Amino acid sequence: MTAPAPVRRSARNLFHEQEENRRKSSWLMIGFIVFFAWVGFGGDVALILITGDSADGYQHRVPMVGIVVTMSAAVVAWSAWTRGDRQVLWSTRAMELITPVTAEHQQLVNVVEEMALASGLPRPRIWIVPDDDPNAFATGRDPATASIAVTEGLLARLDRDELQAVVAHELAHVARYDTRVMTLVAAMVGAIALLSDGLGRLLWHSGRAGRSVGRRGGWQAGGLGLIMLVIWWSTLVVAPLVSRMVAMAISRQREYLADATAVQFTRYPAALASALTKLDQSRSPTLAVGHAVAHLCIVDPADRRFQRWKGAFGDLMASHPPITERIRRLREMGG
Amino acid sequence: MVTVIVFGLLAACFVWIVTAFNRLIALKGQVQNAWKQIDVQLKRRHDLIPNLVETVKGALEFERDTLEAVIQARTRAVGASGVREVAEAENMLTQALGRLFAVTEAYPTLKALDNVAQLQEELTGTENRIAFSRQHYNDSATHYNVVQQQFPTSLVAGLAKASIVELWEITDPGERDLPAVDISLR
Repeated sequence: MTAPAPVRRSARNLFHEQEENRRKSSWLMIGFIVFFAWVGFGGDVALILITGDSADGYQHRVPMVGIVVTMSAAVVAWSAWTRGDRQVLWSTRAMELITPVTAEHQQLVNVVEEMALASGLPRPRIWIVPDDDPNAFATGRDPATASIAVTEGLLARLDRDELQAVVAHELAHVARYDTRVMTLVAAMVGAIALLSDGLGRLLWHSGRAGRSVGRRGGWQAGGLGLIMLVIWWSTLVVAPLVSRMVAMAISRQREYLADATAVQFTRYPAALASALTKLDQSRSPTLAVGHAVAHLCIVDPADRRFQRWKGAFGDLMASHPPITERIRRLREMGG
Repeated sequence: MVTVIVFGLLAACFVWIVTAFNRLIALKGQVQNAWKQIDVQLKRRHDLIPNLVETVKGALEFERDTLEAVIQARTRAVGASGVREVAEAENMLTQALGRLFAVTEAYPTLKALDNVAQLQEELTGTENRIAFSRQHYNDSATHYNVVQQQFPTSLVAGLAKASIVELWEITDPGERDLPAVDISLR
């Protein structure tokens, strides 16, 4: 008789993580809508100031841009909340695995069910991404609606224990509610890129129109409008970059924690370490996974060689900590 | 003033008691649920064994004893109740299955059969499910045991009818090694 293994999983910590992620998700939604309101109504103010003096021609009075943009932001946020996981899966062309036929798929189903038991979570839905590069991600608002997706390359290259470790890592994200935050971020990063692109172009034209109006009307009002315009425009320009940096920063810290939680599920750090080694050795980018979804994956879907680049910029834009560091920490756990 | 302070303290105490009580009840529910999960997986294993025996029976004419041991261990496990008894019976079944798989290793023709390979994956999966649900049960139970003994929560333990729950221990030293179930499907 030996003493029972000490419980390394602190239920309290997990609970705090979940609470924090829930709170972060709410703030993300609010921040997203506020940002769009600023962009929309800011544009209106600029337009009102520019067109205000022109006796002839168009005069901007009703803040239509603000109303339309804010309402569409609310719609985007709402759909990210309700269907964000579907959007993410759709963007990677993942197919749901419902009735396993091949031995490989049966094994995947078994492994997912085993890990659901180890984590005490409901069994997530399983998806397969048609891509030869090994990678995996999880998405979903909460454990009850969670989905796990793996690429065909992952199934082909990993053995049973390694597959189990990867699935455990993904379920760790689900258990910690990382998937909620990260799915929202994915949907929002996409929307911001779209907005910046579309409104930026619109602005370019109206900006030129504004300048000619300003010259004809009064320089004073036109000047104020232009300053407003510059501030507004710079937010639009940096928004996609900043939103991606936020996404990367959010996901970077979580990978170590999810690795640790995964080991609590499998009690077998060596398998995750060797799975990560195999993923690291695969050099080809995961083509099926776009930029907006990159931070959800177990390893960066971009070309793995970029990860080895040192330097502040590489660190800022990396969605994942260096694999070698993750492997080193796993080896320390006894892998 | 004094009454206000006394009343405040009493209210704080009451809130704390309710919180601690509810926490214990929630943990108890988790432990019970974890135990139910093991039950489901054991049932799955019990259902799978007749299938397995049927499949390998023909090829294992000379290993009647091993097969008999599995069937007997299964019968005993199906009838067991209570944490300790179930744990013992299931551990015996695990050992009997382990011997059967070891024997199977010696019959390459048997291993080559397609449905044997399928069955193998099913059994590996089932054995892992049992191991992982057991791990989850032991984790939840240990957490529950620790919380209810910690001061000051221990003061409320009686009120919540919390008592120490048994862990599913592995009695056989050989069992501590990785299960011999995996006769390499990869």
